[in-house]
Amino acid sequence: MIDYSKVLSKTVVDTPKSGIRKFFDLMSTMDDVVGLTVGEPDFQTPWHIREAGITSLEKGKTYYTANAGLMDLRSEINNYMTRRFGISYVPEKEVIVTVGGSEAIDIAFRSLIEPGDEVIVPTPSFVCYAPLARMAGGVPVILKTRFENNFKIDPEALKAAITPKTKLLVLPYPNNPTGAIMTKKELEEIAEIIRDTNIVVLSDEIYAELTYNGDHCSIASIEGMKERTIIASGFSKAYAMTGWRLGYICAPAPLTEQMLKIHQYGIMSSPTTSQFAAIEALKNGDEDIKMMRDEYNRRRRYIYNGLKSIGIEAFEPEGAFYIFPNIGGYGMSGEEFCSKLLYDYKCAIVPGNAFGESGEGFARISYAYSIKHITQALERIEAFVKSL
Amino acid sequence: MNTQILTLLENDARLTPSQIAVMLDMTEAEVAAQIAELERNGTILGYKTMVDWEKTDRESVSAMIEVKLTPQKDKGFDRVAEKLYNYPEVQSVYLMSGAYDLSVMIEGKTMKEVASFVSQKLSTIDSVISTATHFVLHKYKDKGIVYDLPEIDERGNFN
Repeated sequence: MIDYSKVLSKTVVDTPKSGIRKFFDLMSTMDDVVGLTVGEPDFQTPWHIREAGITSLEKGKTYYTANAGLMDLRSEINNYMTRRFGISYVPEKEVIVTVGGSEAIDIAFRSLIEPGDEVIVPTPSFVCYAPLARMAGGVPVILKTRFENNFKIDPEALKAAITPKTKLLVLPYPNNPTGAIMTKKELEEIAEIIRDTNIVVLSDEIYAELTYNGDHCSIASIEGMKERTIIASGFSKAYAMTGWRLGYICAPAPLTEQMLKIHQYGIMSSPTTSQFAAIEALKNGDEDIKMMRDEYNRRRRYIYNGLKSIGIEAFEPEGAFYIFPNIGGYGMSGEEFCSKLLYDYKCAIVPGNAFGESGEGFARISYAYSIKHITQALERIEAFVKSL
Repeated sequence: MNTQILTLLENDARLTPSQIAVMLDMTEAEVAAQIAELERNGTILGYKTMVDWEKTDRESVSAMIEVKLTPQKDKGFDRVAEKLYNYPEVQSVYLMSGAYDLSVMIEGKTMKEVASFVSQKLSTIDSVISTATHFVLHKYKDKGIVYDLPEIDERGNFN
């Protein structure tokens, strides 16, 4: 008999499963649950974008594209970055079209990390950074952000986390799960610390289009930072295109040149149909983004006020489509709170510690749902909190 | 701001002023006042419920009738339109460009009822030259709402 414990990679075996998934599995065993757990838009991809994908199939565009992606798409990505964030990239060598933002993060890590290199990961944040850094041979160094500080990176704490081994700083803003953002002024303070080092910033800007108090600012647009910044982004959240699995990297050529090797050997090229759809999205999708952003914004205000009127304290989210309320005052752990809410009141939200230890005492609530659905969930949360 | 309130209400007429106020970052009193004004000045014409009558026992048929007219003096087509919209079974009357003049949507209990409307009420109007009646076989989408769309959340990935 083969001994699987002997054949499997220890690093992978030791990597925990996503805590979000764990909670979701619980939820799927029950009926009539009103969940606010999902981390993807409830909108379908706008029709003209879907149609562009269909048309490409009708025209027989069923082959691989260039490894880095269709040239037209890379050009449109550059146009978009220039128009929206004031940063330009050379489409021929500074842009790679990836399989979602997740692959972008993965190949960025794998092209930079040497065994033992430290990767600073602010938390609470999306669950993939530490596991992917570890699987690339790196050592994640957790940088806790706090409710009192609106879940932003504190420059002093960042300074303290930097060591001679620091290779990368992950910048996960607008943030999943907290809804925090970093303003230009706050990013300048971070840039000030990083600028004269050999630390590279991996800026995960997948939620860049979903900010509600002014436009997103990319750290790459700050003086001296473009040469040390990798932007990972994609189409999933801005255009409601999660299932198309399409993201991209914008970074200096010496970095993309190496990342492209990993992408080339591991992926070949991103889905061709999705790439054609994405060209249409970038060319004619600005109105769609605005429509969806306005709708999320209404829901954001609605859920923030709803929680406040129930008496649950929350930081008012400024980006993404999550709110991260403080549920620590009820004499139980976040996981207990969420389990009871699920079992007794059939409402599902995700315990904050799924996004890092510093998320303990909080919960992630997604508002990528209709007002009707959110209203129902708020009623259940209110009934639960009143019973305590 | 008015159009934002209208867009929300057009999509869901049951939203309360307090819900709308929160969503648009206004006070409840402001929203209530604006809605009252929109009702008063006729921008908001009414609040209705979308019903899929095929799900009930009630028999009903609807038809779209193309009507060609000889133009009348002064009021043009208005007088015929007015005459038509006063019939309760007439759901809508549009003046059209193209091959015919009025498009009339009618709803009746039976085909016979619709037929008798056309032959006895519509065709007898002086300026009506001809009519063509098209019965609706099935409604897929009406007023932005898709019929028979199951409410299933297919999202299964939890990022």
